Amino acid sequence: MSIFSTPHENHSSWRRWLLTDTPTSRNHARVASFYQGWLSFKSNPMAMFGLLILVFLAFVAIFAPILAPHDPFTQDLSNRLAPLASEGHFLGTDSLGRDILSRLIYGARITLYIVLLVALIAPVAGLFVGTVAGYTGGWVDAILMRITDIFLAFPRLVLALAFVAALGAGIENAVIAISLTAWPPYARIARAETLTIRNSDYISAVKLQGAGPLRIIMRHIWPLCISSLIVRVTLDMAGIILAAAGLGFLGLGAQPPSPEWGAMISEGRKFILDHWWVATIPGLAIFMVSLAFNLLGDGLRDVLDPKDSGS
Amino acid sequence: MSGIIIDKLNVWFDTPEARVNAVKNVNLRVEKGQSVGLVGESGSGKSTILRALTGLIPTWSGSMEVADEKLGRKRSHRFYKKVQMVFQDPYASLHPRHSVDQVLSETLRLHGFSDIDQRISKLLSDVGLGPAFRFRYPHQLSGGQRQRVAIARALAPEPEILLLDEPTSALDVSVQAEILNLLVDLRLEHGLTYLMVSHDLAVIGHMCEYIAVMQLGEIVEIMPVKEMRELRPTHPYSRHLLESSLGYKSEDNSVQ
Repeated sequence: MSIFSTPHENHSSWRRWLLTDTPTSRNHARVASFYQGWLSFKSNPMAMFGLLILVFLAFVAIFAPILAPHDPFTQDLSNRLAPLASEGHFLGTDSLGRDILSRLIYGARITLYIVLLVALIAPVAGLFVGTVAGYTGGWVDAILMRITDIFLAFPRLVLALAFVAALGAGIENAVIAISLTAWPPYARIARAETLTIRNSDYISAVKLQGAGPLRIIMRHIWPLCISSLIVRVTLDMAGIILAAAGLGFLGLGAQPPSPEWGAMISEGRKFILDHWWVATIPGLAIFMVSLAFNLLGDGLRDVLDPKDSGS
Repeated sequence: MSGIIIDKLNVWFDTPEARVNAVKNVNLRVEKGQSVGLVGESGSGKSTILRALTGLIPTWSGSMEVADEKLGRKRSHRFYKKVQMVFQDPYASLHPRHSVDQVLSETLRLHGFSDIDQRISKLLSDVGLGPAFRFRYPHQLSGGQRQRVAIARALAPEPEILLLDEPTSALDVSVQAEILNLLVDLRLEHGLTYLMVSHDLAVIGHMCEYIAVMQLGEIVEIMPVKEMRELRPTHPYSRHLLESSLGYKSEDNSVQ
């Protein structure tokens, strides 16, 4: 009994330290509030499911060379379009005899790469434009938001197509094109949040300390906008993956030998009636990852939304 | 050496339909070390005067002078070091994502202090909060504790003048008394000048030496609090205000 009680006590004292109402240092306060957020996130099983899939995706992407049973580029024309669960090829082979499972595993890297880059570029640009427009007001607001409107007025994929056509096909250009079409909604959200925040007393109070507009925007308005942006980004991730896959499908994203999931569907399209798995398997992968991001976004909204957390 | 001199102040708000004159031709003098209360009904322009003083409302005319500094369109850094404000609603005046420590250390840094850790502990003990409160977030504090943090923030630059915008009206009665006593003590300790807005005559009677009665954007009467206690206001509106507050006031406040 005594053997088991020690680790248990240790565990509960950690918990107490993390759940305290009276943190003793800056880092303690930060860790404690993070842990409380994690607890409320953990209690949402769907969000945890989404997180699990994404952790798995990251794991697969990182260890792709170890996990993949074959080289994703090696062709074997004598064994093309092998069905599911055929010998040595669990998910079959495509029209050039390349192992679909290996291509899927390497494709996870490309998907993550696109998602992370777009998630870094678009929300940051939108946050900057939106908060500056909302806080400054007047003609700066008018000009920035009309530019946003112009970008919003274009159909997303058509605009991305135009950019890729102008810049040249390729994965980097696809990322830039998707980012260029993805930032206006974030600018809208950030501006709307800023408008509700900028006249509040705590902004007035920091103005009375002589803080300049840049400081107010970056240190006082950004932290309050970021949570709703993070939620929006995770919910948009599915759309971003689909846009990247769409560009790949149209031949304007990743270029042929590369195992990008959208491009894989595009290749499989030619055989979809006789050899359905060639297009379906990467389609399922896109579906799973999109779903995972949506579930994660839903869970994060419950944790991060400042209007619900009572603060 | 004077505290606040307000001369012929007009403040207005432009709405799409019309111009609203919130403050009309107000003259007010607060000597250094004095405590003056502004009373009046909602919408009479009390808080607007404070906001115009601090530069939060840009649309005003007339002249304002604070601690021998003539105020223009923009407030200098020197001004913010001398004049600070405590807001009405402690639930709205603290950033929801900033801990007490962040609020105070940012304020101190903005005013160029270097011994921040020491000053934060001193400020917290000044307003009656222990060191345990230092790393809490606003949602972990009660209304009274939040208002104490807001007062600590206002005291951080070591100001000469505190503008108090109904600092207790959002708090329940027992906490109100605590905060008011704290403000009285702080004034004695630091030699502060107060300009306080309230709609509660008992609060003004407790805190101030002079009382200015406002109605519809104008100051209708300025008198010493003693005169108000002796029920000798001359303007009909101040008499009306006083009589309506007597209805529920305890006896010892009116008979002295």
